[in-house]
Amino acid sequence: MGFEYVRASDVAGAVAMVSADPEASFLAGGTTHLDLLVKDAVITTSRVVDITRLPLRGVTRAGDVLRVGALTTMEELAAEQVVAERLPVLREALLAGASPQLRNMATIGGNLLQRTRCRYFRDRAVAACNKRAPGSGCAAVTQIARMHAILGASEHCIALHASDLCVALAALDAIVTVQGPRGAERRIPLTELYVVPGDRPNVENVLEHGELITHVEVPLLPVGARSGYLKVRDRASYEFALTSAAAAVVMNGDTIEQARLGLGGVGTVPWRAREAEALLTGAPATVASFRAAAEAAIENPYVVPGTAFKVELAKRTIVRVLETICELRS
Amino acid sequence: MSEAILVTGAAGSVGSTVVDVELAVNGATRQLTLDCAVTLLDALREHLQLVGTKKGCDQGACGACTVLLDGKRVLSCLTLAAQCEGRQVTTIEGLAPGAELHPLQAAFLRHDAFQCGYCTAGQIMSAVALLEEGRTRSDAEIREFMSGNLCRCGAYPNIVAAIRDVAATRSA
Repeated sequence: MGFEYVRASDVAGAVAMVSADPEASFLAGGTTHLDLLVKDAVITTSRVVDITRLPLRGVTRAGDVLRVGALTTMEELAAEQVVAERLPVLREALLAGASPQLRNMATIGGNLLQRTRCRYFRDRAVAACNKRAPGSGCAAVTQIARMHAILGASEHCIALHASDLCVALAALDAIVTVQGPRGAERRIPLTELYVVPGDRPNVENVLEHGELITHVEVPLLPVGARSGYLKVRDRASYEFALTSAAAAVVMNGDTIEQARLGLGGVGTVPWRAREAEALLTGAPATVASFRAAAEAAIENPYVVPGTAFKVELAKRTIVRVLETICELRS
Repeated sequence: MSEAILVTGAAGSVGSTVVDVELAVNGATRQLTLDCAVTLLDALREHLQLVGTKKGCDQGACGACTVLLDGKRVLSCLTLAAQCEGRQVTTIEGLAPGAELHPLQAAFLRHDAFQCGYCTAGQIMSAVALLEEGRTRSDAEIREFMSGNLCRCGAYPNIVAAIRDVAATRSA
């Protein structure tokens, strides 16, 4: 059960070491790797390759795009002046996640690849988990489910992608850059990084074993855009979302010229609500417009008794965040 | 060119699940040979006998194990000891030299900011960082940015009061 600890000194070396061993894994902030590995024994590894000393830390700006090193911590990114000025939704999503201690540890790249918080996945005593043991079923569908997904979900899996950050990044059209064993860098839109579980919940993303996220590119919002992140949860802070929404709009008078909307707490993957965005674009900034967009955003949810409340809560979360950023509500 | 630094030492042969680690804790350097899976928390408590840092949930949910790593507050239960080589670890034992108390330790006593005391070391380490971060401008801000430290006795009002007290002294 033991594993080897290796510290990588450059990106190519780190990629080579993990690629060469199907049982090896990268270790960054560790906040949702070490718990699954060392505490809960849900995952195993032969070797952890510590990548925290790789030169992938820090934020640079090229024109209207931020290039965020994958090892930048959540706190570091939230503290960037340009994020406060041009990406309020990103800053709010970052600071709504976890706790200051965890945000000092957790990296941006690691946040993207965090595993689900589904209790059935995280408990080896539970037999039925298609994500952990393909083909075994889904305990969450028939048992207590509250912190689970209603979009991109099915009887095979309702495990939630719990990131707040990724909800904002999905709305912002972030691009993930990836270094693989064959050397060429891949650029993947964040919304295409993830795979909706379908009947293979064990496949969570399009990365190959050994591929390493090196940067996340985030286009800045236009000057004058309004944006915000609203997270609804069971306690005021340090809690995962029941529902959340990341929204950004560009207004022309009272008309919405551009709209971006990401949803959290509801999706098996970070959710981009494109139908809702299409309805909002060109619409007047009114509660009626927002409600119509919300109805479109939560279409055909897959619910179990424990998650049924999320359908209406998610719609109201969308309406509320739009009311707030459009200043219909103080 | 493309190479990794295998952690070296008697224990550090390729494939070994044991590692030699040099830890700098509270200004002193200690040499340890540890299983690779040993967390910073267990290294402090079980190998260095620094038991001021507490193990609460041991899975990143309670904040009792909060220490400073290069001056930033982190959870020692979700940090491998091996990851800390070359970095400065500060625990509750290292806050104040000799018999003097750190101002936050004194304030926690003055304000009765604990009952059972189990979360207190983590609360104080977190509060030390909170002051450095400048997140003490209001009670609401203190509460939000101390939310990673749970207190099951519910001493929160007095914890906030203790932090507010020290913050006021600092800005005075």
